[in-house]
Amino acid sequence: MSLLLTVNLVLALCVIGYILGTRRALGSADGDQRLLHSLKGYYGQNVALSVLVPSSILLAIWLIAQPLLINQSVAGLIAEQDIAEGASSSLIIQDMRRVADGLDVVVQEGVLADTEIAALNAETTDVRDLLGDVGVAVGSEVTQQTLDGARHYRTLALTGNFWRGFAVLAVALAGFVFALQRTHKDFRARNVVERGVLVLLFSAATVAVLTTVGIVLSLIFNTINFFDAFPAADFFFGTRWEPSFSGRGGASDLGFLPLIWGTMFISIISLIVAVPLGLFSAIYLSEYASDRVRAVAKPMLEILAGIPTIVYGLFALLTVGPLLVSAFGSGGLFGVNWMSGGTAAITAGSVMGIMLIPFVSSLSDDIINAVPQAMRDGSYGLGATQSETIRQVILPAALPGIVGAILLATSRAIGETMIVVLGAGAAASLSLNPFEAMTTVTAKIVSQLTGDGEFNSPETMVAFALGMTLFVITLCLNVFALYIVRKYREQYD
Amino acid sequence: MKDTNVTDTNVKDTDLMTDYKISAKGVQVYYGDNHAIKDVNVDIDDKTVTAFIGPSGCGKSTFLRCLNRMNDTIDICRVEGDILLDGEDIYDPAVDPVQLRAKVGMVFQKPNPFPKSIYDNVAYGPKIHGLARNKAELDEIVEQSLRKAALWTEAKDRLHSPGTGLSGGQQQRLCIARAIATAPEVLLMDEPCSALDPIATAQVEELIDELRQSFSVVIVTHSMQQAARVSQKTAFFHLGNLVEFDETDKIFTNPEDPRTESYISGRIG
Repeated sequence: MSLLLTVNLVLALCVIGYILGTRRALGSADGDQRLLHSLKGYYGQNVALSVLVPSSILLAIWLIAQPLLINQSVAGLIAEQDIAEGASSSLIIQDMRRVADGLDVVVQEGVLADTEIAALNAETTDVRDLLGDVGVAVGSEVTQQTLDGARHYRTLALTGNFWRGFAVLAVALAGFVFALQRTHKDFRARNVVERGVLVLLFSAATVAVLTTVGIVLSLIFNTINFFDAFPAADFFFGTRWEPSFSGRGGASDLGFLPLIWGTMFISIISLIVAVPLGLFSAIYLSEYASDRVRAVAKPMLEILAGIPTIVYGLFALLTVGPLLVSAFGSGGLFGVNWMSGGTAAITAGSVMGIMLIPFVSSLSDDIINAVPQAMRDGSYGLGATQSETIRQVILPAALPGIVGAILLATSRAIGETMIVVLGAGAAASLSLNPFEAMTTVTAKIVSQLTGDGEFNSPETMVAFALGMTLFVITLCLNVFALYIVRKYREQYD
Repeated sequence: MKDTNVTDTNVKDTDLMTDYKISAKGVQVYYGDNHAIKDVNVDIDDKTVTAFIGPSGCGKSTFLRCLNRMNDTIDICRVEGDILLDGEDIYDPAVDPVQLRAKVGMVFQKPNPFPKSIYDNVAYGPKIHGLARNKAELDEIVEQSLRKAALWTEAKDRLHSPGTGLSGGQQQRLCIARAIATAPEVLLMDEPCSALDPIATAQVEELIDELRQSFSVVIVTHSMQQAARVSQKTAFFHLGNLVEFDETDKIFTNPEDPRTESYISGRIG
């Protein structure tokens, strides 16, 4: 039974349950709604939820468990010596799955019957051509072993799908009968539905939390795998980043320091741009601007936050980079020759700074607005001017919040990728010169994973270690920022 | 400018003064379309406590805030008429409102110490106006202001701890000390005791009576007892009009206007 059919049947049962539940409740009260414990709709919802919730939970579990079980069973068919050099059993299983899916299409198209599939022999029939005829492309010749695996896979999947549909429908039907049986005018349907809603909301929250935990765990395990293959000390304290992909030969230097240096350096440049601009515009908007200016300027500023970072990257590559070269390059505006190419730390840093302006200004604006008017009145009442008031009373009062805003912007800067990939260059260097090409942790994660390296070499697995380190750094910054912002809030509430 | 039409000369403590500290003539205040103050004339003597009383929304706080141009910070507020401080119109374009507020200090309803140390709170005004030539002079100003505000004995050992850590009554006295430190000529107080308990209120009232030695005080209050206790002259506002302005004793014993009589005996407001 196909997935779509199963889901449709369950949904249909839901609708029928709703209608019958409502009817039955009304019937038990002789059609008088006032005699019912709950509104009549609740009785319907009770039946519908009783059908939907248990059956969909079962379906979800089945959908996760079945492929795992089948993979395990198929993997048992593969002999150790059949795994080619550099390949893994998961790749072979992938091939088998692809062939199995192809065979499904062959049967659906009516080219061969199920019995003929069982009789297929890779020696006599060209299975690749057969699949090609029905529009399924297979990467390599199909061996007898793959064909056997595919057939085994297909049988298991068919049986599994049949029982899946059967079990889910059985559970749905059981819920239907049980809930309908309980429907009576004194049944507290409203309270039961309330509990059902709670379960729905709780499971949504659980999925979100579990996903986060899953991401962190997968990062941790892959990082541990990487450190099995590559010494941790060389990673954390190495000053050279020179990965050599297998094939070119030679060992790789995977030193973390030049990358984190590039990340920090570019982030600092971006903050030098973003903090004064963002803070000053926040002060202008919250203290000086008239309501009409504010109504226009604030959304305009926040549009900056909505621009995709790849667009900022293009801006860095095509506009800011050449502009900086024409100013600081040879024969440029200032007559100095500091910059040879458009991709440099200062290019990426300044564009990233522009991106961060709304983060700093929007949060600072909120925080400055939260400073009570009484503070301003007190200062004006003593004969202070507006800028004296801002400098000496408002900014000190808002300082912890502003620091929090800057820290949040910093963690954005550290995690930023596209601007750096396009604007900063690819050479990892431990340099203090902002006009030199540099690269960051995030840009290197991209380049390590988009190459054609295999997924089990240290050169690609280093991406997980990089990601994990970055995650820990930004997590600490965020926690610190939130701590500061919260501490500030307590002052006025 | 001398006001030659002075008829009311038997005010207490005016033996040294012959003219008014503040003189308001035909003052109208509008909040957008709302006519909040209607043609108010008040003369305030130097070294006297003047109380403004009246029911909520009668315009007494609004009028008080006109006296040091605090209403300038509200965009929709418009003031007409003349308010003279020592004979000079404070709404004259040549007058710098910032300088004016240094001369006419203000204490607010809710204590609003800055999130700074006690010392820095008091030193704030003298610093921005350059009243002290060196640290020793500044220390002296801070100590004198705190002494005048009757906070010195409680605060002298914790001058560098935050002003927000004081109790409500102490905070309000800190705000008074802060206002005194700029050496104002007039001190405006907008319901200074409404957020305080009776003991703190008594302390602040005592303080107001002492401040009268140095400058004139204008106090807005909801409490008629307080007006009777601390002020020499009282103005009764009702619905944006100044109903009656006379010596406090007269207002509370023998008011001329029936509305004043109703208010002080608790029949309106």
